[in-house]
Amino acid sequence: MTQPELDPVLEAEFQPDVTGDGPVISARDVRVWYGTTRGAIRAVDGVSFDLAPGETLGLVGESGCGKSTLGRGLMGLLPAGAKRDGEVRFRGEDVLTMSPRDAHRLRGSQLGMIFQEPMTRLNPLLRVSAHFEEAIRQHEPKLPKREVTQRALDALRMMGIPPTRYRSYPHEFSGGMRQRLMIALALVLRPAFIVADEPTTALDVLVEAQIVQILNDLRRDFRTSLLLITHNVGIVAEACDRVAVMYAGRIVEQGRVADVFAAPQHPYTRELLRSTISLRTTGLNFIPGSPPDLIDPPPGCRFAPRCPQAMAVCATTDPITIERPGGGQVECWAVGPTDLIPAGGTARLQQEELAVADEA
Amino acid sequence: MAALRRVLRALATPFTQTAGLGRWMLVIGLVITGIFVLLAIFAPWIAPYGFAQASADGVDFPKAGAPSGEHWFGTDRLLFDVMSRTIWGARTAIEVVILSILICVVIGVPLGLVSGYYGGWLDRVLLLVMDALFAFPSFLLAIVFSFLLTDLFGGSVLAVAMSLSAIYIPQYYRVVRNTTVSAKEATYVEAARAIGAKDGVIMRRYLFGNVIQSVPVIGTLNAADAILTLAGLGFLGLGIQSTDAAEWGHDLNRALADAGAGVWWTGLYPGLAIVLLVTGLTLVGEGLNETLNPTLRKRRLLPVVMTTREDR
Amino acid sequence: MPTKPDLIDVRDLSVHFGLRGGTLGRLVGRDAGVVRAVDGISVTLREGEVLGLVGESGSGKSTFGRALLGLAPATSGTIGFDGADLTSMSRSELRALRQSIQMVFQDPSAALNPSMTVAEAVGDALRVHGMKSSVERRERVVEALERVGLSPVQLFLDKYPRDLSGGQKQRVVLARAIVMGPRVLVADEPISMLDMSVRAKILQLMLDLKQDLGLSYVYITHDLASAKFFCDRIAIMYLGRIVEIGDTEEIFANPRHPYTKALLRAAPDPDPARAVAKDLPRGEVPDAAVPPLGCSFHPRCPEAVAQCGWEARDLRTLLETHWTRRTPEEYDAESAAVGSLDALARPDTSVHVGRGGADAVRSILDRIRDEEPDEPLWRGVADVTDDGAGVRVDFHPGVDPALRRAGGVDVACVLYPDDSPDDSAGG
Ligand SMILES: Nc1ncnc2c1ncn2[C@@H]1O[C@H](COP(=O)(O)OP(=O)(O)OP(=O)(O)O)[C@@H](O)[C@H]1O
Ligand SMILES: Nc1ncnc2c1ncn2[C@@H]1O[C@H](COP(=O)(O)OP(=O)(O)O)[C@@H](O)[C@H]1O
Ligand code: SF4
Ligand code: SF4
Ligand SMILES: [Mg+2]
Ligand SMILES: [Mg+2]
Repeated sequence: MTQPELDPVLEAEFQPDVTGDGPVISARDVRVWYGTTRGAIRAVDGVSFDLAPGETLGLVGESGCGKSTLGRGLMGLLPAGAKRDGEVRFRGEDVLTMSPRDAHRLRGSQLGMIFQEPMTRLNPLLRVSAHFEEAIRQHEPKLPKREVTQRALDALRMMGIPPTRYRSYPHEFSGGMRQRLMIALALVLRPAFIVADEPTTALDVLVEAQIVQILNDLRRDFRTSLLLITHNVGIVAEACDRVAVMYAGRIVEQGRVADVFAAPQHPYTRELLRSTISLRTTGLNFIPGSPPDLIDPPPGCRFAPRCPQAMAVCATTDPITIERPGGGQVECWAVGPTDLIPAGGTARLQQEELAVADEA
Repeated sequence: MAALRRVLRALATPFTQTAGLGRWMLVIGLVITGIFVLLAIFAPWIAPYGFAQASADGVDFPKAGAPSGEHWFGTDRLLFDVMSRTIWGARTAIEVVILSILICVVIGVPLGLVSGYYGGWLDRVLLLVMDALFAFPSFLLAIVFSFLLTDLFGGSVLAVAMSLSAIYIPQYYRVVRNTTVSAKEATYVEAARAIGAKDGVIMRRYLFGNVIQSVPVIGTLNAADAILTLAGLGFLGLGIQSTDAAEWGHDLNRALADAGAGVWWTGLYPGLAIVLLVTGLTLVGEGLNETLNPTLRKRRLLPVVMTTREDR
Repeated sequence: MPTKPDLIDVRDLSVHFGLRGGTLGRLVGRDAGVVRAVDGISVTLREGEVLGLVGESGSGKSTFGRALLGLAPATSGTIGFDGADLTSMSRSELRALRQSIQMVFQDPSAALNPSMTVAEAVGDALRVHGMKSSVERRERVVEALERVGLSPVQLFLDKYPRDLSGGQKQRVVLARAIVMGPRVLVADEPISMLDMSVRAKILQLMLDLKQDLGLSYVYITHDLASAKFFCDRIAIMYLGRIVEIGDTEEIFANPRHPYTKALLRAAPDPDPARAVAKDLPRGEVPDAAVPPLGCSFHPRCPEAVAQCGWEARDLRTLLETHWTRRTPEEYDAESAAVGSLDALARPDTSVHVGRGGADAVRSILDRIRDEEPDEPLWRGVADVTDDGAGVRVDFHPGVDPALRRAGGVDVACVLYPDDSPDDSAGG
């Protein structure tokens, strides 16, 4: 059964108040470091990207490369001992320097978040109705009760949850329904920007596909921008406009999904796509070794110890972010700029043998 | 060997990785408790006199003599040196507590393990018995057991330790049983079954090591409680007699009469010893709880200093 | 491929679990208070073969895998291994058998005892089977660890699971499984919890082990892509049954069962050029304690026909879905006419709905039908008659389709009439 075209009334009701074409979120050189007992983990280390209204950006990469940290860093949801800097502009306003009060006001009403395991975010003792009432009241305390209910029911309806379930408890829902509930809860405040951190990882294949379709519909019908964090490149291909490939705290390549997947420029993107098992897999490929320790990452390009194309310059000098042939950005010496590579820098890099001992 | 290393590492992590109040409670508690343990071990060398010694070099000690150069903490009405009795009392207390914890662990842990692992009627019966014991006012239980056991074994350290164990075994049983019930559902237990391990092997090699981790915390907390119960028994004149060993509760009992007569030193020092040791053990227990329990643990984080942009 | 001898021969295997405090289960439906985790499965595993079991969670894959090792007790049926029936073995016979059939688990972090080192964990498999000498054990452990690629071995022997990465832990689990020299490995979603960059490595390792040690695999997964690459034969499972089974190529070239087709459509594909809007089955896997009547897949099946087992609960879902498309005012009016849906919570084939008058209810049903005339449920409605303040809806009786031969594979779906003259259950 296909999702029907969206009811224009609903569409108007949940359309975020976004005008113009300037980016909704604009991140410049964002860093997020965690404090640990061993030193600082450079989980996000100089990340820049823009997100236009209504656009969905997929964020992919191996486990531990900083995807969730970036998502939480944008939302300002970091644990004690973590620090962030750089610049994150939400419709022109810098959120990193904002007062905690303003940041709280912005979260929920303008910035929403969807998590992997919805049950950890839903209070098992509260009915669905109470969840919605609380969320709406927090940010729009003056809205009359009737309208609160109305808005909540409409959000549920949009996610295909019947009004008969409005007074149920979260545990009475199946996994997929709960995730739709979470999406409805995020949408009900009409945020302009949503971070979805692996929203389908805990779900069954068919239900995952249903949720991906819902995200896809959101992209089609709304001007809400979405940062979709996932480790599944298939989902990126199906539900995202652009993709950002993250490795060891850096976005190493970003651009339109069709461009990047059709002609990956960065060796890591290429290897990542090659090692993905899909229905067309005829042989197994994998990237040797594992991502580096982010407390003390290797100098130069962080992918150099594993890169099949590594050159001498890669191990000493940080690659420079350049325009990607075909649109987007990439940072890799093999792509360019060639004129900045010192003499002899293009020689093949002598890499250490990678054994299972170094494996993720 | 591996087990020892594990224990040592478990003891070291609280210091190396945690921050906050828990760490300090643990440190202070360990220092206090450590002093008492040293006193207990080296009592014969530290204490100036024996615990039932009323004279030295043929000269009787003064009766209820005030603190002096000879007798720093004074003497009591039986002519005993208060300081010596307080120090020897540490030995009694530590002996009783260690013995009773040993008995508790030896009985409570296997019972909990078997009961939790097999479940069924055995589990239900044991739970019922233990719950009944637990519901009983513990001090009353200690009195009853101490009456019964003193009859059998005399007023020895063993008898008192056994009566104390009776009131604490249910706690060990409970904790171990409950952790076993949840641990036996773990995939690694299924995996052990899948390689063909028998029940006994699963309990010994797979569950034991994982379910006893909460025992140190209950152990220390119970130890603090046991010191109080021991003193209480002594205060009632039960348990260890003053000629068998020095026991703080007993001394307090005898000091009761002195208080009215302005003789404060016979009660102050044993009383202080009880308070200090109980505090020390409680601090260790709470500190361990806070540092070993990952949900309560506050890690000591190195401050993040972000480098300037140029040297990313 | 020349047919190899059968290694494992499962006949009509059922594993039912009693529900605790299952008052609900006892009130309703068939066999009260029982989850039919595995419900009459027949399948064979040939020597050197990789048999894939694919399905969503709750389809009984893990339970079937555990039953093969005697870890889940069979309710009925037989599991033949080497001429002996595993379901009637004593506990000690079963323990001995574990040397020949081993298991790999989904979550490598949970599958290893946190307080055992790698050497202890792998060595324990030998120890429980009576290898006393620790020197000898050490030798075999080192050999097994080298086999699974954990070298230099010295680096790993004394590590605890928490010091290893996910992929390394899964290698240890594999080492523990092969150290006794088994013939069959039951791998229960061995790569699904691993990071994507490690999946291919572990799958490659499993292929190497198969090659070197002559293993046969039962490969359990919910991911069709890895099954397609890895398996010789595939059984698609749904709610305790095999709904389609056959050679991998045939299953992928010509998926027959609507569920197989749905799984294929849902598999994410990294090629953006091929991303097309998909016709996905609605809903989720239903509660196994009160499975749908007739074909278990019918509530989600886009191709369902009259005899697929339509019943009251499907009508409830239909009404609820309908209401997600109505305005609140319309919903209030309609739900007043329909009344409580509780009467539609049981698997009945004849049910009374409504309290606002037969005409009102009838018009609501007609409206729903007009909006979506292709809704398969209507094919199952035999009759709608006036009944007091509402209507009575009668459904066609359902049939529970058995596996039947259809063009080289076996399918359990009424759309495929049996095309083989003789008995062909199993595969
Ligand atoms: N609260 C924390 N304190 C310290 N370090 C952390 C914390 N959270 C994450 N990290 C570390 O930061 C790095 C990035 O983690 P993050 O969770 O952002 O990765 P991820 O890309 O989302 O991975 P995954 O795909 O596994 O979700 C990792 O090295 C991780 O160990
Ligand atoms: N030990 C058990 N007790 C009760 N029900 C169980 C047990 N194990 C599995 N089940 C039920 O059996 C069904 C099949 O489960 P499972 O074999 O784990 O499926 P899968 O591995 O395909 O996800 C599910 O409904 C599950 O809830
Ligand atoms: S910069 Fe060098 S090492 Fe890094 S990805 Fe490009 S070629 Fe490989
Ligand atoms: S029998 Fe076939 S057509 Fe009918 S519901 Fe089942 S899968 Fe669909
Ligand atoms: Mg993450
Ligand atoms: Mg499973």
